[in-house]
Amino acid sequence: MSVSGLGGEFALIGMSESAVGIVPDKSPRELCVQVTLDAIQDAGLTLGEVDGLITCNAFAEPIMYHAEAVAEYIGWQPRHCVTVNTGGGTTFMALNMAAAAIQAGMADTIVVAMADSLRSFMSREQAMVVQSSSGHPHYEQPYGPTVPAYYALIARAHMDQFGTTEAQFAEAAVSCRAWASQHPKAQKRDPISVEDVMNSRAIADPLKVLDCSLVSDGGAAVVITRKDRAKNGPHKPVTLLGYGEGHAYEHISQAKNLTTSAAAQSGRAAYTEAGLTPDDIDLLQLYDCFTPALLIQIEDLGFCDKGEGGAWLASGISRPGGSKPMNTHGGMLSYCHPGNPGAMFGLTEAMIQMRGNAGERQLPNMRTALCHAQGGIMSSHATIILGAED
Amino acid sequence: MAKPVPRPTPTEQPFYDACAAGKLVLQRCQHCGHVVFYPRTHCDACQSDQLAWEDASGAGTIASYTVVRRAVSADFEAPYVIALIDLAEGPRMMSQIIDADPDALAVGLSVKVDFAAWSEDITLPVFRLHPALDGGDAGP
Repeated sequence: MSVSGLGGEFALIGMSESAVGIVPDKSPRELCVQVTLDAIQDAGLTLGEVDGLITCNAFAEPIMYHAEAVAEYIGWQPRHCVTVNTGGGTTFMALNMAAAAIQAGMADTIVVAMADSLRSFMSREQAMVVQSSSGHPHYEQPYGPTVPAYYALIARAHMDQFGTTEAQFAEAAVSCRAWASQHPKAQKRDPISVEDVMNSRAIADPLKVLDCSLVSDGGAAVVITRKDRAKNGPHKPVTLLGYGEGHAYEHISQAKNLTTSAAAQSGRAAYTEAGLTPDDIDLLQLYDCFTPALLIQIEDLGFCDKGEGGAWLASGISRPGGSKPMNTHGGMLSYCHPGNPGAMFGLTEAMIQMRGNAGERQLPNMRTALCHAQGGIMSSHATIILGAED
Repeated sequence: MAKPVPRPTPTEQPFYDACAAGKLVLQRCQHCGHVVFYPRTHCDACQSDQLAWEDASGAGTIASYTVVRRAVSADFEAPYVIALIDLAEGPRMMSQIIDADPDALAVGLSVKVDFAAWSEDITLPVFRLHPALDGGDAGP
């Protein structure tokens, strides 16, 4: 169950994103430094008014004490400084830890900053090997599974159990790309069709290359503080209404259930804390590392019945103009996916939408957003629900 | 580089010794009867440390599978089949299904263990389709 602590008491008052996609001119550490300073400035604060830093490590430039190294780089001695590592779920677990640290009096205002450069600071082969090293070293990795292969096992089980089709998985990629085509910063902007996905290069059956997220550079940061301290900034704060976690296993070969994930637990906890239901959510920002992961989250987070994720996606409900807009920045399938920081861009996009700054892709009447992140192979899940201020 | 190869801990060594001898063995909890895989010091059902090795049948069914078209590294030659196998004794195991026509694979089909040398010291369990158990042609 969740480590509760957000529940309307905390607000996001600043945010920043680096350039994303292919960013060869800055190292991961430099990107992390940049987004840290930019987010503090966006919040209308000075470095001296922020007293906590939480980061995650970078695959392309691992540092033993990562957060401390980022603080040192800019000559900052924050009161609270820590590096978090729960894979792709790190983003929102770090955010909850920030809220908990503030609650406990360890800091008053914390920056959560993450960046990595899988594209420009690693070879394709290094990136592939590093990512597949999440497999069990004795009972998975020797057989040569890739990360897409792990998700392909989940996809095949879902197809077998519920009759989901490859074309329905493809709909997830099509939806994300349709949104990305409206985002000037997105790494991939050319619209694609289901046929394009189906005809793209086979990676690990049933997944094709367009079912797989991008390999990117980029970073993002947010500033969190107690809601009563959040009044005087330049932007309307975004309230954290609910949070939940779920942890089912680490290795996919130990999963008791391949087609229902611990997103069901994390989502339930977040909805309960927020006092909301899936019907109340205006914007879905889900973790689309691979199309089947997205489809299963849609089901497990309660946006449709179990087994109906394929039909939900094929209905077009998540695309521009649909009633349940999803991943309006384009997601990790089309906006960017620099590894562990990936879900940060789902969060910053939700803030951009709530501030009314999303340009061509701006949603009307944005009141609530659900952001989901997961680490491992559908292993560790974190869900946050955000609310716009009046 | 070479294929990743396990470096067994003392706890795991009996599993790999058995593989080298062409046998699949699993741990059974002497407290609750749960069959444990991967090898552990404690039962993952009741946390007892009273685990004992016993011979497994080597039979299983495909829980899921994928044909890997892009190999993880140059040490592997695509295509190859990665599968999750539900062993007859209960536990699930990741492995490769070898010598199979990808079009003949399906969730639920029966497989039987075989063994393949991964290095000079390490032999791993792999699986082959076993149509006889599904009422089909056992083949040659």
